[in-house]
Amino acid sequence: MDRIDTEHHDGTSDATPGGEQGKRRPGELLFAAVMVAASGYLVWTAWGIENPFGPNGLSSPRSIPLASTTVMVIAALLVLANTARLPLDRTESIRRDILPVTVILFAAFLVLYGILLRPLGFLPTSGLFLVVAIKLLARRGWAWTLSISLFSLFVIWLIFRIVFTVLMPSGIVPEAEAIQFFRDLFSGASS
Amino acid sequence: MTALMDFLTVFTQPELLLLVGLGTFAGVYVGAIPGLSVTMAVSILISFTFSWDVYPAIALMIGIYMGGVYGGSRTAILLNIPGAPSAIATALDGYPMAKRGEAGVAIGVTTVMSFIGGFIGIGVLALAAPLVSDFALSFQPRDYMLLAILGILLVGSLSQGSLVKGIFAGALGIAIGAVGRDPLTFAERFTFDFQLLEGGISFIAVMIGLFGVSEALLQLHHVDKAAVRQKISRIVPSLATVRKHLPLSLQTSTIGVTIGALPGTGGDIAALMAYDHAKRVTKNPEREFGDGAMEGLVAPETANNAAVGGAFIPMMTLGIPGDAVTAIMIGALFIHGLNPGPMLMIDKPDMFWFIVGCLVMANFFMLLFGLTGIRLFTKIVEMPRSVLIPMIMLLSIVGAYAVNNSITDVYWMLGFGIFGYFMRHYGYPLGPVILGVILSRLLDDNWRRAIITEKEDIWRFFEGVVTSPLSLVLFIGVILIFVSQTPVWAWAKARVFGPGKVAK
Repeated sequence: MDRIDTEHHDGTSDATPGGEQGKRRPGELLFAAVMVAASGYLVWTAWGIENPFGPNGLSSPRSIPLASTTVMVIAALLVLANTARLPLDRTESIRRDILPVTVILFAAFLVLYGILLRPLGFLPTSGLFLVVAIKLLARRGWAWTLSISLFSLFVIWLIFRIVFTVLMPSGIVPEAEAIQFFRDLFSGASS
Repeated sequence: MTALMDFLTVFTQPELLLLVGLGTFAGVYVGAIPGLSVTMAVSILISFTFSWDVYPAIALMIGIYMGGVYGGSRTAILLNIPGAPSAIATALDGYPMAKRGEAGVAIGVTTVMSFIGGFIGIGVLALAAPLVSDFALSFQPRDYMLLAILGILLVGSLSQGSLVKGIFAGALGIAIGAVGRDPLTFAERFTFDFQLLEGGISFIAVMIGLFGVSEALLQLHHVDKAAVRQKISRIVPSLATVRKHLPLSLQTSTIGVTIGALPGTGGDIAALMAYDHAKRVTKNPEREFGDGAMEGLVAPETANNAAVGGAFIPMMTLGIPGDAVTAIMIGALFIHGLNPGPMLMIDKPDMFWFIVGCLVMANFFMLLFGLTGIRLFTKIVEMPRSVLIPMIMLLSIVGAYAVNNSITDVYWMLGFGIFGYFMRHYGYPLGPVILGVILSRLLDDNWRRAIITEKEDIWRFFEGVVTSPLSLVLFIGVILIFVSQTPVWAWAKARVFGPGKVAK
């Protein structure tokens, strides 16, 4: 099977092995080591699962978690060993290829979004997020940014609030009242 | 007769018809826009259609699935960027054709071939699934368990990246699926004494994180890549072209259905295998493969759409997903209170025939949308990533929140998003994780059933495996996957075929 050339592929495949074949990407070894440690901890946790109704035999709630985490440890160790053998790819750097500032920034935005969602409500939080994100990525004028992001927000809101009837925290915006107002308006007009 | 009525449900209700159409339309674009994948769309959609009735929800998702598998080919041809993994092989010959100014022909052939492949897949599904489910009634719990393991391993071994990483990902998925209180004994598993973990981790949050947020974060690397314009000529292919490639399309469709029906393998692998097959059987191509051979388009496109029908076979009959998208569909059925497996076919055959009906409809819509609306299409695909990425992130958050109205799910989703981002970077496949999460329960239940009937004796369990033909076949399958990844395999292959032929 042909391998995908990641340079000409934008990473839509489920697994996109980045970097060059036969070389270790920056941070890969650390990631593999963390996986080993985490798997080890999970095995220990799985060992602590107690069957409240009898012995911890093969049919106890412990068996599958223990088996899967053991497999994780073994696989993680193999990966670690394989990774350690490969030479480091000197053409790549963490800052540029693995974790650029934009990615860290956006991860932080997302966390911030989660924190603000309840107190501020869906519409203001999302509006803020879209404006900041699009401004940052597109680097275009405020008029363009504001109109694009507010329009997208309106479309998203329309689709999900009206069509899918998803209830998001309304926060400080009297959203339900607004919808009701328009409903009354339309029903008033038709009658 | 009732089967026919159920099959026709979708055709008689305009609302459902509309939803399938809408889904297919959306699917074509989702599949075509690089950075949006069908897996992502379906996992986000589950959460939005959560409050719906099961029929419309399924209708919409099937439309997206069918349209998405096809849609990936568009950008593969026009931009050399496969919009979906299943279109990777399509780019190999599609893009050279477009460069020569034959983009219209390429799109036309792709559309018609996807339609043919899709139908063959659906046909096989309709014929085979009832038989398989009858057969599946004789399955022992251990067979289910082995099938689940086989599925996870197949995704791990056939997707890009190493098998060890795939195994790690699958095992991780199983462990994630086990979090929370054990449904049988109520024992706490991996809860770390947090009350919030007792209910387990919402698999939708895991899915959206892995396929939505991580993808969006990865796309941040490509913000500045500009969209390329292509001129598109005549689209509808001539009858002669279609007739000429019909024999090949039948062969590759068969490959597609078969690969699709194997648990864990889907359209992407089917397409690559079909491409490989076409390369071997086409004696005198008008143009060389890789240089714009029509056969190189026909093969992967028929195969990946045929794989859609194939993927539904293990999903509907065994409850074991055929690929990542059907894994998510199983999740959707669970949410709507249905339990895919042989009993579903017996208790609710209407559901099965309804799905077949939706697939047929989606296939027609795909043909329709494929051959029309090119101008609109080029506009939408040119949507800048600087707008697209924030939108995906926003949708992912809304989706994760909507299912349980819980902010905890949003954090899980973000956590898995960031984790998935690193997994992608370091070549760990994500498919096995989702398969593991979905199959964790099935694996656990069936293992315990199997070992209890064997009186907790592992040797009696293995005796059972070896003496039952079905279990033995499955077991050998599992072993073979392992062996095929070790040096022993290469050595054996070299011994059998001679050293010259092992060029891979």
